[in-house]
Amino acid sequence: MCPNISAFLSGLIFALGLGLSGMTDPANVLGFLDIAGGWDFRLAFVMGGAIAVHAALRPLIYKRERPLFAPKFPAFSVSGVDRGLLVGAGLFGVGWGLGGYCPGPALTSFATGATQLLVFVPAMFAGMYLAQVLQARRSASAGTPSLGATPAP
Amino acid sequence: MTSSILLPLLGGALIGLSASLLLLANGRVAGISGVVGSLLAPVHGDIAWRVLFFGGLLTGGLLLAWLRPASFAAPASLNPGGVALLVAAGLLVGFGSRLGNGCTSGHGVCGISRGSARSIAATLTFMATGILTVFLARHVF
Repeated sequence: MCPNISAFLSGLIFALGLGLSGMTDPANVLGFLDIAGGWDFRLAFVMGGAIAVHAALRPLIYKRERPLFAPKFPAFSVSGVDRGLLVGAGLFGVGWGLGGYCPGPALTSFATGATQLLVFVPAMFAGMYLAQVLQARRSASAGTPSLGATPAP
Repeated sequence: MTSSILLPLLGGALIGLSASLLLLANGRVAGISGVVGSLLAPVHGDIAWRVLFFGGLLTGGLLLAWLRPASFAAPASLNPGGVALLVAAGLLVGFGSRLGNGCTSGHGVCGISRGSARSIAATLTFMATGILTVFLARHVF
């Protein structure tokens, strides 16, 4: 039960953070990305604040042998920067710049039922699904573990 | 000016706190595209916490809509051009975040916090293409 409560609370706090910071209004996001216009630099402080807090707490958390409700901490792939990473991040940025929504703010705003999110969120899930199908197919043909999608066991 | 950065800073701190709680309690990285996207190819025994995190996000959205409606953009009445743009944006955000193995939260917050070269490269890349896209959309076309 406990790991479910912590996951719920984490999602809840994340959403409140996005809302308070201004990330859930695309006008702020597009103003932040518009460095040639009247650049709205405020959202830089969102990532700054989040990184400061997480970078400070992370080493303290890792002093533990394991998480509170899980057997181990996440393992990260040691692979370097590759084409999939850069192409994926590049396309993500284009979509972010077109709509002003990245996944967290889109899902948080989805709760309001606003028309634009009823269009954006299903399209986002379709895009995620397409990428996972592509990755599963590619890893099946290459025989290597897929980067993003977790293939069914 | 200080008041205008106070809320972004506070909101950011909450996001960092949320990511820390998920790591401490569940041993998971709070990358939204990864947490939620993996629900599309569910793995037995790895579903409940993802659904509950997602539920927490939506509940937080409802709370904000109730207590602080100014957090959100006004509902837009969409013309066909607006729908096409949103569909394209959604497809690119979804496809790109899964292909690139992370989005603003996973790479931009969690990845940079642990000094991951991959995440720094991804963040620089999506910031650059996002800035370029807005530049072209607002100042060229």
